This record gives sequence, structure tokens and C-alpha cells, in this order.
Amino acid sequence: MEKVFSRPKCMTATPYHYCPGCDHGIVHRLVAESLDELEIADKTIGVAPVGCSVFAYDYFNLDFSAAAHGRAPAVATGIKRTRPESIVFTYQGDGDLAAIGTAEIIHAANRGENITVIFINNAIYGMTGGQMAPTTLVGMKTATSPYGRDAALCGHPIKVCELLSTLESPIYVTRVAVNTSANLMKAKKAVKTAFRLQKEGKGFTFVEVLCICPTNWGKAPADSHQWLAEKMIPVFPLGTYKDKLGVESKA
Amino acid sequence: MSEKVLMKGNEAIGEAAVLAGCRYYFGYPITPQSELPAYLAKRLPEVEGVFLQAESEVSAINMVYGAAGAGARVMTSSSSPGVSLKQEGISYIAAAELPCLIVNVVRGGPGLGNISPAQSDYFQATRGGGHGDYRTLVLAPNSVQEMSDLTIRGFELADAFRNPVLVLVDGVLGQMMEPVLLPEPTDYDKNSKKWALSGKSPNRDRNLCTTIFLDVDQLEQHNWHLYQKYQVISDEFTTGKWKDYSCELHETEDAEIILVGYGIISRILKTVVEKCRKRGIKAGLVRPISLWPFPTKAIAELAPKTKQFLVVEMSTGQMVEDVKLAVDGKKPVYFFGRTGGTIPSDFEILNEVDKIVRPD
Repeated sequence: MEKVFSRPKCMTATPYHYCPGCDHGIVHRLVAESLDELEIADKTIGVAPVGCSVFAYDYFNLDFSAAAHGRAPAVATGIKRTRPESIVFTYQGDGDLAAIGTAEIIHAANRGENITVIFINNAIYGMTGGQMAPTTLVGMKTATSPYGRDAALCGHPIKVCELLSTLESPIYVTRVAVNTSANLMKAKKAVKTAFRLQKEGKGFTFVEVLCICPTNWGKAPADSHQWLAEKMIPVFPLGTYKDKLGVESKA
Repeated sequence: MSEKVLMKGNEAIGEAAVLAGCRYYFGYPITPQSELPAYLAKRLPEVEGVFLQAESEVSAINMVYGAAGAGARVMTSSSSPGVSLKQEGISYIAAAELPCLIVNVVRGGPGLGNISPAQSDYFQATRGGGHGDYRTLVLAPNSVQEMSDLTIRGFELADAFRNPVLVLVDGVLGQMMEPVLLPEPTDYDKNSKKWALSGKSPNRDRNLCTTIFLDVDQLEQHNWHLYQKYQVISDEFTTGKWKDYSCELHETEDAEIILVGYGIISRILKTVVEKCRKRGIKAGLVRPISLWPFPTKAIAELAPKTKQFLVVEMSTGQMVEDVKLAVDGKKPVYFFGRTGGTIPSDFEILNEVDKIVRPD
């Protein structure tokens, strides 16, 4: 029988430590498939964040650096400036990227660093136990917003794609989800496009992936995907916010 | 370059870094170290290097972490409040055992303080500064020549021990102009470090820079490993290869009072020793060049030979604790300090010596 599906070459055989239903495994795979297909894994350096994906490097057979909380874009900048011939990506959650690392992501994007950022937005802090994130929806209950996020006290969820697309330098800023097969296909295409643009030396690319967190949302995986479709996507509309080179229209 | 050139201390650090093969600088503006980034902003592009002004001190030190992990000779510089912000990154760099050079042109603190020269970051520099069980090597030049020399030695030490090295100076040294003899340039190859991140080629295992050890046994083992490395460094500064960079002894053999001071203070203390001797007071000087490791043994060996020590600092008393630890109660250790950006005069210090040596 012909083998038609297997683990991407640049992934390790390590079983995921992620909770059942978590989307991290899917997004890791999209990254790995893209690197394999573009034949760039041997020159790729990943930067892991602080959060559930702090051990992302266990799953990729790639050179990797772990970064302090929120600092992945700065670490990636240091790596890429030293080794411009490398492919450098960060993989960050919403607390890491949109709260403590706000300055780092905005300025890395604004400098047009030739790196790729994979941003996992699940509207909550996972690893620390389900606290309110900058992307938590208004009214959403978390460990630190037990009465629901109050916009008058905590503001509204930060929309990172919209924010970054106001900058001149980024060339590709897009938001995808992995909750349906159709969305998964689009997400794969976006991730691969981002890495292809970096490979071509075009500039800063950013892929936000809306993900579920069944454990901290207190919902079963299937219910979580439904909740994502009904509640999250209206607040964080899917689509490409910046495509400076028009790569999507050409494709 | 075999001719002496007249340079500001801050610029001498910049040129020495380039000559040492440093091609990457990440920093954020702050007074009184501004000449250094300004110099490198011009100089690094001439040698195909990278000068990047970061969005914050926090980002700058994390860029250093990234570049060091990728095998670069890399540096940053700042002044006291900025170095406080860098402590997060310094802790990670020490934990990941990455080499880099950090320059602190110390100014008056705490808080925003002022931009005048001070030595009040001694504790922060020599005790690690950030969280966790770690040390940074700390070199304290006292002239523009040494700012050049110790910058170059700093990069060598950082690579030799895979550890951050701090060059601790003050605003006087930074701004001061003196003749300096610059060395020949060194070739440095970023691919020379086999552990560095470069992309995992099929013929080697992947490289990893990390500081997380969730397993308590693993972290304990890692911390003892770091501790043992620090012991080796201490030994090398005490009796080994780096002995000459531990401290300078001046007229200590017959001294009845030994003055202890580093950096710009040591220049003033030399004048004080001279004036004391003219007045019949046998004074000597210990000038720590390396603040960590501290020249504990050299000071301990002088304790039986002298009557007392006087430590002079531009702080309310920080290094004096290390001197007391070295003297170990065997002789009195006195302290004189000015703080808040004030530099003590030789006259003031001479008065203190008088009070100790001739109390009546």
C-alpha cells in the first residue's frame, strides 16, 4: 500500500503534552509541513514563547531558542540579523504577544524584520490556568474575570491583525482558523505563503490562528469549535488584512 | 594601529569592540553613554555589522540573547536605569550560557536619579542583578586605555566561559579623553561555535538555547553546573590565566593603611597615596580590576601586614562589604563615600586618612 500521509520530516516523534482537543498540535503540523514543502527546514531557526507552547521545540527537529515571556520577536530579530540567510519564526500565544510582548511585536513588524510570526489566539492564558488575556471577549468568564470581562474596567479585546496592518512595513498579515476542514486548508495556505515570502526575503509576515482552549474554556472540543465560530470569529473576522505584494490575488 | 589616538572612553569601548570582532550592537538611548551607540551607529556599517536601536532596553537585551545564541560576538550598553531593565535578559543569557558584553556607564540612582557619575550599581553588577543563581563577570577599567583593553578581554572571557561579561564604568571615564593604543583587529567567525543556532543541517543534532528545566533535579544539576563554572572563573582570576586582571597593588608592601577603590576613584586614591607618603603616612592602594570575581585572596593576604583598610566609593557603601568579607575581622575596615553623583576630592579622602591614622 502506498503511504499517503505521515509525520512531517522536520517534526519529532514526541507525543504532544497539550490537552485533548487543543489546536496547538494542528498548527505545529502546518508549520512543519510548510517548512518541508518549501525545503527550508535545514536553515530554519524557531523561537518558542512562554505559554502552553513553551516546549514547542520538543516537537520540531529544528534549531530552536526559547525566549522570555513576550520577547520572541526581539530574540528572532537578534538571530535573523546575525544570520540573514536563515529562516526565523516565532510561535506565540495571545498573552505572550498581545500583552507582555506588545512593544516587541509592534516594533519587529514596524522594522519589517524578515521573520514569520505565528500567533495563536485562543482568547485566554492557558499554561497559567485560564486567566483573562488581552484577546478575551467582552463578557467572557476567566479565572481573573470571574464575572465576565467588563469592557469598562478592562477594555475590549485587542485585534492584532488590524493593529499591525496600519503599519507600513509588514508585507503579509492574515487571520485564519483551524475549526473546519475548509478553514484548515486556508490556514495551511497562509502559513506556507508567509514562509515562502520570508524565503524570498520579502519582509515581515504574520499569521494569526484562532484556536480553541477546551480545558480553560470549560467546553468539550466540539462545543469549543462551535463557540469559536459563533463568538470569536465575529469579533476577530477571518481574512487577510495586509497583502502588500498582492500574493493572494496572484495565487 | 600602533599609534596612540586621543579618544573618549565611551568611543574607545566602541572601537575596541569592533577590533575584537563584535559586529552586532543592540541598544536604547540613555545618558551618559550616548557616545558609544553614536560611535557604533557610524562604525558598524563600515565593517558590514549591524547597529540596531531597539524599542526598549528589554528588547535590546533580548536581541543580544538571540544574536549570541546564533553565534555572534554581540554587545549592548546602557546606564543604570536601563541596566535595571536589562536584568530579565541578563538572567536568561546567564542561564542559557551565552556569551555577550554589557556596558554599564553608571549614573546616580536609585530611581531616575541623575546623570552624574556614580558607583551605586556595584551590588546589582556583582550579585547577578536579575533573578536566580547566577553571576556575571564584572570588569572595572580606570582609564580610557583600559576601557579599550578590558572590552577586548571581555569578549574573550565571555566566549571562554560562555557567560555574560559586564564592563562597569562611570560617567567620568565615559566622557574623559585620553590617549589610547588600540590593538590589531581580531578575526572572529560566527560559525566557530558548534553549539550556536544556524539551522539544523542533516549531519548534526539540533541546537537549542533554553533556560527552562521543569524537573527539579535537572534545574538543581544545571545550577550546580553554573556554580562550578563560576568557581573555575574565580580560580582563574585568583591564581590562573586571568590573575593579572584581578587587581592592581600599589605601595602595599609596607603600608599601615590600605586604601581600596575601583574605577575613577582609584585614580584619585593614587594621588592620595602619594600625598600621604609625602606627609609620612605609609599608605597603599588595592584597585580591584575584576569586581566579580572579587580579589578576595589578595586583600586577605594583606590583612596581616597592614593596620587598617579604608574603602572609598561613590556610593553609600557597597564594595566595602566584599572587603570586609576578605579581611574577615582581622583588621578594621573603614568606609568613606560620596553619593548622588558627587566625586570625592583627594583632600576629603586625605582628611579621612588623617582621622584614622592620627585620631588626635
